Amino acid sequence: MTPRLETTYLGMALRNPLVVSASPIGKDVDRLVRMEEAGAGACVLPSLFEEQIEHDSLQVNAVLELGAESYPEALSYLPEMVAYNTGPERYLELIGRARQALSIPVIASLNGSSPGGWTSYAAQLQDAGAHALELNVYFLATDIDETSEAVERRYLDIVSAVSSAVTIPLAVKVGPYFSSLANMARRLVEAGADGLVLFNRFYQPDIDLERLEVVPNVVLSTSTELRLPLRWIAILKGRVEASLAATTGVHDHFDVVKLLLAGADVTMMASVLLRHGSGRLREIRDGLTEWLDLHEYESVEQMKGSMSQAGVPDPESFERANYMETLASYVIR
Amino acid sequence: MTRPVVTIDGNEAAANVAHRLSEVISIYPITPASPMGELADAWSNIGQPNVWGTVPTVIEMQSEAGAAGAVHGALQAGALTTTFTASQGLLLMLPNMFKIAGELTAAVIHVAARTVATHALSIFGDHGDVMAARTTGFALLASCSPQEAHDLAAVAHAATLRARIPFVHFFDGFRTSHEVAKIELLTDDDLIALVDAEAIGAHRLRAMDPEHPVLRGTAQNPDVFFQAREGANSYYDATPGHVLAAMEALEALVGRRYRLFDYTGHPEAERVLVLMGSGAGAAVEAVEALVADGEKVGLITVRLYRPFHTPSFLTALPESVRTVAVLDRTKEPGATGEPLFQDIVVALADAAAAGRGMPRIIGGRYGLSSKEFTPAMAKAVLDEAASATPRPRFTVGINDDVTGLSLPVDESFHPRMPGVTGALFYGLGSDGTVGANKNTVKIIGENTPLHAQGYFVYDSKKSGGSTVSHLRFSPNSIQSSYLVSDATFVGCHQFDLLERMEVLDRAADGATLLLNSPHSTDEVWEHIPVEVQQQIIDKRLRLFVVDATQVAIEAGLGRRVNTVLQTCFFALSDVLPIDRAIEEIKASIAKTYGKRGEVVLERNYRAVDTALAALHEVTVPAAVSGTARMRPPVPAAAPAFVQSVTAEIIAGRGDLLPVSALPADGTFPTATSQWEKRSIALEIPIWDPSICIDCGRCALVCPHAAIRIKYVDPAVVEGAPDWVLTANTKGKDFPDKRLIVQVAPDDCTGCSVCVDICPARSKEEVKHKSINMEPKEEHLAAERQRFDYFLGLPEIDRRDVDMATLKGSQALQPLFEFSLACSGCGETPYLKLLSQLFGDRLMVANATGCSSIYGGNLPTTPWAVDSNGRGPTWSNSLFEDNAEFGLGMRLAIDVRREAAGAALRSLGGILGDELVSGLTGADQTTEAGLTDQRARVAAARERLEADGSPEALATLPMLDSLIRKSIWIVGGDGWAYDIGFGGLDHVLAAGRDVNMLVLDTEVYSNTGGQASKATPRAAVAKFASGGKSTGKKDLGMIAMAYGNVYVAQIAMGANMTQTVKAFAEAEAFPGPSLIIAYSPCIAHGFDLSEQMSHQKDATASGYWELYRFDPRMAQAEEHPFKLDSRPSSLSFAEFARKEARFAMLAGANPDHADELMKAAQEDIDERRRYYEQLAGLERGLPGEEVTA
Repeated sequence: MTPRLETTYLGMALRNPLVVSASPIGKDVDRLVRMEEAGAGACVLPSLFEEQIEHDSLQVNAVLELGAESYPEALSYLPEMVAYNTGPERYLELIGRARQALSIPVIASLNGSSPGGWTSYAAQLQDAGAHALELNVYFLATDIDETSEAVERRYLDIVSAVSSAVTIPLAVKVGPYFSSLANMARRLVEAGADGLVLFNRFYQPDIDLERLEVVPNVVLSTSTELRLPLRWIAILKGRVEASLAATTGVHDHFDVVKLLLAGADVTMMASVLLRHGSGRLREIRDGLTEWLDLHEYESVEQMKGSMSQAGVPDPESFERANYMETLASYVIR
Repeated sequence: MTRPVVTIDGNEAAANVAHRLSEVISIYPITPASPMGELADAWSNIGQPNVWGTVPTVIEMQSEAGAAGAVHGALQAGALTTTFTASQGLLLMLPNMFKIAGELTAAVIHVAARTVATHALSIFGDHGDVMAARTTGFALLASCSPQEAHDLAAVAHAATLRARIPFVHFFDGFRTSHEVAKIELLTDDDLIALVDAEAIGAHRLRAMDPEHPVLRGTAQNPDVFFQAREGANSYYDATPGHVLAAMEALEALVGRRYRLFDYTGHPEAERVLVLMGSGAGAAVEAVEALVADGEKVGLITVRLYRPFHTPSFLTALPESVRTVAVLDRTKEPGATGEPLFQDIVVALADAAAAGRGMPRIIGGRYGLSSKEFTPAMAKAVLDEAASATPRPRFTVGINDDVTGLSLPVDESFHPRMPGVTGALFYGLGSDGTVGANKNTVKIIGENTPLHAQGYFVYDSKKSGGSTVSHLRFSPNSIQSSYLVSDATFVGCHQFDLLERMEVLDRAADGATLLLNSPHSTDEVWEHIPVEVQQQIIDKRLRLFVVDATQVAIEAGLGRRVNTVLQTCFFALSDVLPIDRAIEEIKASIAKTYGKRGEVVLERNYRAVDTALAALHEVTVPAAVSGTARMRPPVPAAAPAFVQSVTAEIIAGRGDLLPVSALPADGTFPTATSQWEKRSIALEIPIWDPSICIDCGRCALVCPHAAIRIKYVDPAVVEGAPDWVLTANTKGKDFPDKRLIVQVAPDDCTGCSVCVDICPARSKEEVKHKSINMEPKEEHLAAERQRFDYFLGLPEIDRRDVDMATLKGSQALQPLFEFSLACSGCGETPYLKLLSQLFGDRLMVANATGCSSIYGGNLPTTPWAVDSNGRGPTWSNSLFEDNAEFGLGMRLAIDVRREAAGAALRSLGGILGDELVSGLTGADQTTEAGLTDQRARVAAARERLEADGSPEALATLPMLDSLIRKSIWIVGGDGWAYDIGFGGLDHVLAAGRDVNMLVLDTEVYSNTGGQASKATPRAAVAKFASGGKSTGKKDLGMIAMAYGNVYVAQIAMGANMTQTVKAFAEAEAFPGPSLIIAYSPCIAHGFDLSEQMSHQKDATASGYWELYRFDPRMAQAEEHPFKLDSRPSSLSFAEFARKEARFAMLAGANPDHADELMKAAQEDIDERRRYYEQLAGLERGLPGEEVTA
């Protein structure tokens, strides 16, 4: 019997745990359709960035004000447009088109770093038809006067604000950099998160050695990066009342299997699909089916979390001991 | 019926009707009429229909002449057609206007009446343009206010269809075109009711149509032309009746009464003023006040000037009148009187011949170029009319101390206007003061029963310019067509303005003064100049302060203090309850900024909400104190003319200068910008010599010549004070010199282009460059001292410099300095470079546009002189004729040189053959050759003067023509690609040695960014707000087609060396040269501090290719076309997304933007392919000109 791939994520029944992660893929609905045809269980649209919306608004305002009402022959220098669409309009339209074209759940993604007016966009994303919302809290605590408590409070306030603005399920995507991630995970769930997406990959700047300038550097992930989400999903599985999504470093069906074993409800992919296209998604789905079959699993649900921290005989292997043991093994060798 | 009440300006009021009653609208930008075309284009672009449900077709033409041609054609083919223009634009339409009128065609041209350029250009208002059109056969209908501009626009459109006589509907430029006022709009139903449908049908039936063909536009001979021309008489006779009928119909609909001539005043007036246009507002107030005082005076406001309907005029004029004083807002030199005056004389003479008593008639001029016309001036005219021996011809509003024509004016005469609140606001263009005040007028006009008026005075500076907003509110209709003179509220939105402007001279006793002050209530008094303190005390002003800048910064608005101060105004003025006012301010913010995004609204709301907490009253001390003083407008060292004239203009006292003070022929000294120390930068570049790599880039790119470089002998700076900074030179250009890079701290605008381009970075801290922006106040004293020292250092000997190099060019003294161009202007670095390379023998023909404004708008000019008194000589003729203008200079120079040569050869006995031979034949292609020639000229002068014979002395004025001149024809893309293209093409073909420099901003920058044929595909611009759908014209390729024209396309930021080389090559080429220079502009929509990087990206993306086409290479049997830019390393999209002109469309209409961007990329790819092929081609020169 063919193993069943269905899973539940954020209360939604998905046909399999393979989710297209928030990435440029989602800007093009035709590509999403191809992903669905290749077997995607759900898709997350690219993020609507709070920072981008604010930046665009301020830029439009600045260029329209530049030189305006200063000189009698030219009271302005650019034409007034009917609309500037600095807000979420185009994104809302994308949700609508994706919903129309796809039968799998469409998860909208909202990316921000401060509580404020932008949380109202969450309601608009819901109204535009998103099945669920992924809130990507993208924040680097660089202020030396801001305490970790304050940073955590900022996260919780955002989650709470967005949670109260929508009725659709809410997933929260965070980075791994908390003093007490487990505690933070619990509090995020208490603040309203229905699921946790682990982990955000922060943009890491680079230096151009010729121009001596800091430059953006987008590097696609590799399989080795899945160790971090793997560990934390394993630790959190069963300990927080929330769905768990693994993202970062999912490149083949073995990665998917590992994460499901650790306790992920879904696994999210972007880099591999950007590199290889929808065909790879089909291969991963088929590989997953084959692996489950070969290892005599009946279903994804059966295996999910079977190797979480609570499910393994040596739970400390997911903790610091793991590192020490590794060192020890080298010593022994 | 309730009609919409709106607060709009006169331009919008007229355009609103014109757009709704037209099918074809042909446009071209010209101040102050441009907004009418912009609005019409914008309305059609969003599908706004006319009253018949179709969307008018709006088309931008290449000139007003072209616009008029398109109007003529559209009319001939039966469309209801209009256009908008002013000044020179109307003059360019004249030939077609004769035709349109001669063919008895219904049409309306709406004119924001503007001065015609004579001894000087002026963008401001008078009737010189419409008076020049009075012989065309067009009817002339005058409006006096924004409401009238709306109403009479409708009358014009209605009457023209019935009369078959085309109309010019005009109103005063700026005073009416730009005055914001509360007006009632006519509805579509009103307009449909006014316009005769049958007349429209008849108009269409007269159209050309092969279904019923006609021949129109014939050539006629002496046998019939005259009679045929007289055939139009009956139409002109009937026209006043049609206008009156339309006015009566309008009155029946809306209740507002207009007549051909409207009379105001005593029914038995003995003295009557006659005038037309906005001056009527001031005159009405004067007449009403005088009548209230028992004087028998009156006013006739002329509305229909052509056809002049004498019976209506005589009906309007009381029989009791003894003296008629006619005021013309124009000057017709040499005439017996101005046009309106002459018409009145004839009308009354005819009436007298028919038996009516003949009053005395006097005539005068007023208000040229928007000169203020006040009730006091109207009274002065009426007083003159009361004199037993009045001046038959006079002027009013100026002090004519030469011909004595001006009338004395009692400036204390201010008619009382009960209930009128006058408010004045002094700000900078960049702080949003005018925008906020326009909103205030709207708030009060549209949300209260009060009438509201706003008029805004801007200076002509494109950076750091000040604004004065004149606002009035009144329970009654406001007619005051002059500046607020007794403000009960004065807002000074920039503290520094107290030092340099008369802020309180128009404040009423007991008025409220609101100061945006960085100083606290305890400290502010000491910082206010003593002169201002005295006015505060004398006028018993209440003084309030708010640190609006701080509030704005905290709200995230930077230095945009407008909403903060607007809130404070409402709190202090009691025009509206403050809670209601705040509500309305926020509503107006939402309306103004709503489209731009939530965060913009939030920040403005925050500023409003926090403003009042920062507002405090200051107890005014009984006496002045402190050391603050108003700044003198120019330093004491300035020359006499600058002290007596320029300084007065700078100080805002130009109105007081008498006729004798000003050059009658418009000739001014150059090198005056150095005296206008504006000190507008908050941060200035500071040089760190320790890491300077001596590249010269900072000086090259500085748009304001505020970064200077000198290379001096070490001995010169040996023993200099320790605060003098020098550095070792690098490279082989100036190995034995010391390098000094110096900022002109009071002339820098703080644009930071120099910092952006500086390649030298500190090894310890990358952000620290060799040039760094730092707070000006911290460095001002030291840098002033250094700059003075720097100026005293010797200039380099031009013979020692390789000018065709970047560093060489920057070693030379700029003779274009401290222009008033926009901060970070992309044009001016090229002009500065031009002045460095050839300034001491440079003649500039400058097309009208940005470069003629920052180059030649009073009070000062950036064109400067060297220590020998030599420098560029500059002139502006028109917009459209600049190439021809420059060619004329070339012809004159050549002719004068020939004549001088001939004269010298006949004086060989005095001068010696060797000197004559040198003077007439020596090589002057190098600086050494030029220096030698100047020495020869000096020697010749000496010998001829010593000789003293009449022949010798007659030759002296010819000598300077023997020094080689460099003639440059300079202008923007509007000139070169559009309005002046015909002339440019002809001058290229003429083969003469002139150089043309096109400062290509890809839009009409000076009039606010309208599209030209240089505008690229996919960019938005005014008149192309949906994105320009066609590609940019390839002007360089057109020029290259001649084969014997040097052509270069350059972008300084992309390749500085190529830029400098192109200038040197163009100048050296002994024939026509064309340089097309990429010039970033505010209208591109990005921070101009990064303009050099944008230029680099423009070239890297292939958007702006660099090349040089040198016919001399063809002579040498080489490839004449050299493609200097590499294949693109950047996509067009990557370049374009950084500029709002492209990015805005992607936001507004992404699908269309995608299409256009794709097409634009294809344009780029195809052009590159073509250019690469050209670069491989060999080409010979076309045949030499064959002369008899």
